[in-house]
Amino acid sequence: MKRYSAFAIAREAARYHTGWERAWASPKPKKKYDVIIVGAGGHGLATAYYLGKNFGITNVAVLEKGWLGGGNTGRNTTIIRSNYLQDASAAIYEKARSLYETMSQDLNYNVMFSPRGVIMLAQTEHEVRGYQRTAHANALQGVKTEFIGPERVKELVPIINIDGPRYPVLGGLWQERGGTARHDAVAWGYARACSQMGMDIIQKCEVTGVRSEGGKVVGVDTTQGAIDCDKLGMVVAGHSGVLAEMAGFRLPIESLSLQALVSEPIKPCMDVVVMANTVHGYMSQSDKGEMVIGGGTDGYNNYTQRGSYHHIEETVRALVETFPMISRLKMLRQWGGIVDMTGDRSPILSKAPVDGIFVNCGWGTGGFKAIPGSGWAMAELMAKGHSPLTEEFGLNRFSEGRFIDESVAAGVAH
Amino acid sequence: MSTRLSTGGRLLNKDKQVRFAFNGKQFHGFEGDTLASALLANDQMLVGRSFKYHRPRGIVASGAEEPNALVGLGLGAKFEPNQRATTTELFDGLNCSSQNHWPSLEFDIGAVNNKLARFFPAGFYYKTFMAPRAAWKHVFEPIVRQSAGLGRVPKDRDADRYEHFYAFFDVAVIGGGVAGLQAALAAAEAGAKVLLMEQTAHWGGRAPVDGGTVEGEKVDDFIDATVAKLQAMENVTLRTRMMGAGVYDHGYLTGYERLTDHTPDQDGPRHRLWRIRASQIVTATGAIERPLSFAGNDIPGVMLAGAMRDYIVNYGVSSGDRVVVVTNNDDAYRTAFTLKRHGLEVPVILDARPEGGGKLAELAREQGFRVENGKAISKVKGGKRVTGVAICTQAGEGAVLEEITCDAVAMSGGWSPVVHLWSHCGGKLTWDEAQAHFRPDPNRPPLGAEGQGFVKVAGAANGEFDLGAILKDATEAGLSAVTAAGLKPKSKAEAPAGETLAEANPAAVWLMPQGAGPALRMKAFLDYQNDVKVSDVMLAAQEGYESVEHTKRYTTLGMATDQGKLSNINGLATLAHSLNVDIPQVGTTTFRPPYTPISMGAIAGEARAETFQPLRRTPMHDWHEEQNAFFEPVGHWRRPYCYPRQGESHAEAVSREINQTRAALGLLDASTLGKIIVKGPDAGRFLDMMYTNMMSTLKPGKCRYGLMCNENGFLIDDGVVARIDEDTFLCHTTTGGADRIHGHMEEWLQTEWWDWKVYTANVTEQYAQIAVVGPKAREVLEKLGGMEVSKDGLKFMEWADGELAGIPVRAYRISFSGELSYEIAVPASLGRALWDKLLEAGAEFNVMPYGTEALHVMRAEKGFIMIGDETDGTVIPQDLGLNWAISKKKEDFLGKRAQLRSHMADPNRWKLVGLETLDGAVLPDGAYVPASGNNANGQRNTQGRVTSTYHSPTLGKGIAMALVHNGPDRMGEVLEIPGTDGTIYKARICDPVFYDKDGEKQNV
Amino acid sequence: MLILHCPYCGVDAEETELHAGGEAHLKRFGPGSSDEEFEGYLFHRENPKGVHFERWRHVNGCGKWFHAARCTNTLEVFGTYSAQVFEPPQELQDKISAKRPGWEWRDLKGSDQ
Repeated sequence: MKRYSAFAIAREAARYHTGWERAWASPKPKKKYDVIIVGAGGHGLATAYYLGKNFGITNVAVLEKGWLGGGNTGRNTTIIRSNYLQDASAAIYEKARSLYETMSQDLNYNVMFSPRGVIMLAQTEHEVRGYQRTAHANALQGVKTEFIGPERVKELVPIINIDGPRYPVLGGLWQERGGTARHDAVAWGYARACSQMGMDIIQKCEVTGVRSEGGKVVGVDTTQGAIDCDKLGMVVAGHSGVLAEMAGFRLPIESLSLQALVSEPIKPCMDVVVMANTVHGYMSQSDKGEMVIGGGTDGYNNYTQRGSYHHIEETVRALVETFPMISRLKMLRQWGGIVDMTGDRSPILSKAPVDGIFVNCGWGTGGFKAIPGSGWAMAELMAKGHSPLTEEFGLNRFSEGRFIDESVAAGVAH
Repeated sequence: MSTRLSTGGRLLNKDKQVRFAFNGKQFHGFEGDTLASALLANDQMLVGRSFKYHRPRGIVASGAEEPNALVGLGLGAKFEPNQRATTTELFDGLNCSSQNHWPSLEFDIGAVNNKLARFFPAGFYYKTFMAPRAAWKHVFEPIVRQSAGLGRVPKDRDADRYEHFYAFFDVAVIGGGVAGLQAALAAAEAGAKVLLMEQTAHWGGRAPVDGGTVEGEKVDDFIDATVAKLQAMENVTLRTRMMGAGVYDHGYLTGYERLTDHTPDQDGPRHRLWRIRASQIVTATGAIERPLSFAGNDIPGVMLAGAMRDYIVNYGVSSGDRVVVVTNNDDAYRTAFTLKRHGLEVPVILDARPEGGGKLAELAREQGFRVENGKAISKVKGGKRVTGVAICTQAGEGAVLEEITCDAVAMSGGWSPVVHLWSHCGGKLTWDEAQAHFRPDPNRPPLGAEGQGFVKVAGAANGEFDLGAILKDATEAGLSAVTAAGLKPKSKAEAPAGETLAEANPAAVWLMPQGAGPALRMKAFLDYQNDVKVSDVMLAAQEGYESVEHTKRYTTLGMATDQGKLSNINGLATLAHSLNVDIPQVGTTTFRPPYTPISMGAIAGEARAETFQPLRRTPMHDWHEEQNAFFEPVGHWRRPYCYPRQGESHAEAVSREINQTRAALGLLDASTLGKIIVKGPDAGRFLDMMYTNMMSTLKPGKCRYGLMCNENGFLIDDGVVARIDEDTFLCHTTTGGADRIHGHMEEWLQTEWWDWKVYTANVTEQYAQIAVVGPKAREVLEKLGGMEVSKDGLKFMEWADGELAGIPVRAYRISFSGELSYEIAVPASLGRALWDKLLEAGAEFNVMPYGTEALHVMRAEKGFIMIGDETDGTVIPQDLGLNWAISKKKEDFLGKRAQLRSHMADPNRWKLVGLETLDGAVLPDGAYVPASGNNANGQRNTQGRVTSTYHSPTLGKGIAMALVHNGPDRMGEVLEIPGTDGTIYKARICDPVFYDKDGEKQNV
Repeated sequence: MLILHCPYCGVDAEETELHAGGEAHLKRFGPGSSDEEFEGYLFHRENPKGVHFERWRHVNGCGKWFHAARCTNTLEVFGTYSAQVFEPPQELQDKISAKRPGWEWRDLKGSDQ
């Protein structure tokens, strides 16, 4: 496959771009693969990519019931950060963040990783202490963050209102190397690289059954026929429960709708990503100029990829209060995605109760930022049977009471 | 040129001239103009620059579908970017400017992109800008961001107000054209409560422009009569300037009413967002004309044929003197007639259909128009303005047969029903081969709460374009909506007979000419705002971006502010053609709300600044404000953090408050503490399940400190429980916990132990509570007089009802500070009175109200834990050395089973200790204690963390509480704790009780 | 934006009046249960793409908990009923079976649609 470059574009321009090849092949499934990954979202494609790149396993099929990158990979607000409190989370998200730094070059596909910086605002004394704690934890985890004062926040985000009468900004947790990337490009870039390694990405291929013999997986039934495999990776986010049931086990997962919206595009006005947890809103500006805004999840199980309007209203209200100028912008589009939530809101990267099956799910509202780290770790787990990055994310943690809980603000002050 | 005509202009009040400014130039128009019609009347065809190539852009449409004519409107705190000129009503003094160019609209440096367009095909940025690595962030991205974006950034806080409105209807009809009016009338006459909304300022939609008759009269008369009828009906609400914005689950509908956009100096809210519940929704949203894809179809002067007609009839504005009409359908002939009728020249009508056309085409030939069948535009000539067209055969590849000079082109690629609102909530579409458009599939409507369809469609939105058919369809939609809403129609309207000239079917023309080569395809625009061309969609297909969602995202087709209203169908037809499949196989992208963009201000409504969220006030709140207390938000309360005096820092204020409390007397407004009454024969048994302690054995008159865990074992709240009588307990919770814990109790009572006889009531706001704290606490109470508060009369951890200074009180002798302390509860209405009495009586002891920070420091000095500091949702009571508060006798309580799990029973969990720095410094908040070595992921190992840390004015040094691995067994050990600034603190492990270990101070 | 009928106060309540409380008809496992039972009780929730039984509280209303049978795929509500029962009323079960042929109480496979 031809490399992408400015030179290649110039060459193609001369012949009206008729020479560009397919970014990924569209083959029929073979009878058998060493590894089948179910789910051609970012996490599934990244898993396949690192199986090939790090372990030389390329007899791999990635099955997708719709179109690749069509789930949450293409529906999120593209924030990348690794300023997590718990060691296990910080490790995998920081791995991901560091891989994002070189992803465009690795994949020869510009995913537009923009390390523009992420601020998490502290708007109560309780949050100040919480983020100071995270900053201390991050320092020992090798994650570069810093607790900054309100003046510095204002410097970084001139459009913010730091002295609102109800929730003045008291400071923030600043991760300079956090940022955003072009979400679709991440899926497309991985897909192209996987295809280039000879892997088969098979779209419009829905898994309808999981076959196992003697407690070991042997293959899957799909809408394009039966396909055999030695190992099976389930990377299907909100639909994990449905797939697990086919394989005969259950997952501690519930599927909820998470919403987001964008404004009409305006000229650059905010260079960093801002998250305000007290008032429940976060916002960044895309390269196209839209303000990209994250909303809340419904409290009830929902597979509709729509959500309840009042979450949009609450989020916008919070952000109009925090960034008064957006009051005169307009909402262009709102949408929802189905997120898979576990009991402790942290992901599951684990061997399954059926031999040869591996599960990667439960990323909840935080999946996009983890894609490369998750793929890297999942590939290691599938190839070697264990990975230090996935150690703490096993399924057994729920019976042992060993949770990875990032919601340190769960307690409430007197 | 475009100019004002002496004829036409049915919506204008020509007696009233209106002044406005565009890019600093002064123009004038008439009352009734839109900004777009007024700009055209002043020959301002060029109104903006496109997103990517900065190509000159002119007005192309006349309504909400306009992709090009976006302006920055207003100044200062009333500035708004990306305002659509075609839907902006002109008002006197309007000030606007065009967007996305530098230094000027006429001369835009960014247009260099246009020269290089060949190098910037769809998705080019995915293929380049990758080296060197740092260049994306520092060089390429800033350039991309600066040249992208559209409108200018509003600078000031919005000067306008917004409001919300709730409304409930049987039937909500969206769209005030003929179909909407008739549907509303049918539904209203049948007895339904009806809302009819129209996004523009005028009723009737396109009908007055397109003509036709109803029951033999002009359609205009029918419109007037119907509006009059509806206005006279009590069960009908009519609104113009209100758009159906979004349809949501279970019949939820948002309506976006623009109240003062057209009269910005008028008082009152600018926008009103209606939140509507309707049993049935009828969308009569009309149709949108599609452009044709030929080279140069984006040059200013190329307009939709219907829009050109609108401008003449409605606003008396011509878009050009000499107009070439190009079409694949009959409707565009109406434009030719209108042009001619108003004295303008139509050198040729190019009809891409090889032959025929309906009655309109016949009429055109009869009237002597030059009609060329099977012909097409090979390319439009001109730069910032059309100068002519080159004609070719539609069947060929574009060889020029003839060139015709003209200054405008009216194009029509057929009409697409507006199916957005039908689709928002899951309504499906069907492809109508004959009409070449998608329309709602009546068998697959969006489903409501009971699984029933809750949206009906009427008129052109339903694919009906003949006036008679529209009226029938609308009548049926209105009536069936009434039945579907569960009502019995009182009367059944008959559809009036409507008549227009019958139209022949359009031809599916997706590229003009059909064999256009790459050079022409590169100039044939699909999405005007985002600069997506036919060649881009074909490239996406070629590269494997085959799903319609892939193509959309790869090319940005339909992602501009018009959300593809003009481009989507042409785009996906092009994709289908490239993939060699049928259009329905490609499908559409998902329609998402809102129909057109709505202001964030309207979504947020009235919630601003002080009214952003409800504010809860204690009875003493005003006093705190009078004292200039420094507040901190705690839930929806704001509690005094401290009461700084003139020139005093917060830290100094806190020290003063603590010192005086410990020395003599302090007062705390503790009213926000949660108070829950638990009552009934099974109350004791119930609290035994709720708390880790045994509560059923508590004697009336006594208090006990209790811990509450969730079923997962983690500590969630704490507080003092008082037994009032055999059947009644009063449970104190944390401030933030009151509602949560009350809900928690109710959940267990109602859903698990529903046969237990227990009632709960959250009486947090019914009582004010004041902590009277310090060595002089008893003296001050005795001074108020009225009840026994002596050492033995009211013992530590007892409570009593009584009276103080004539006020009925309940006094609890409990202490969270380690001092002699009483918490006095009074009915909320008497809270301020008691507070004032205490201040008055305490004056001689120099009584000092203290805030939350002093409270925190004093409890830390005593080693008391604080929910939210020592706990964070991952801590169990055993971690905090609170085993004494966990009953061993009880078989069961919430959290007991959970705490038996291996990780929770692990002796290696971090445990609570005190820390004192060797040099008296204050440890940083949230600091971790490193251990030697790194873990498998290269992270530094840790052995503990600081949970609370303060400067103790009592002890004159830094004190802290911490969770440390094996902490209680390591007393005296010195730990090294790094700050984030490089400082290494040394701290000794000690007992967490720093002050008055034996509790002598509180027990006097 | 859901509307659910509160079987206690009779109000058709807006979602903003309600608090969602997760799966209904859970059996509590306390002291004496195995680790697997306890884990199942706390964390293994039904997550069907289809018919689901769940708890709701009319929190900004009468304050009562009730149960709802709802389709997670279309958001159709089959009915609401008392929280103080161990399984959905027969009448409601019949109604759901009629609307979703093949569906049976506690047979999750049949609930997909």
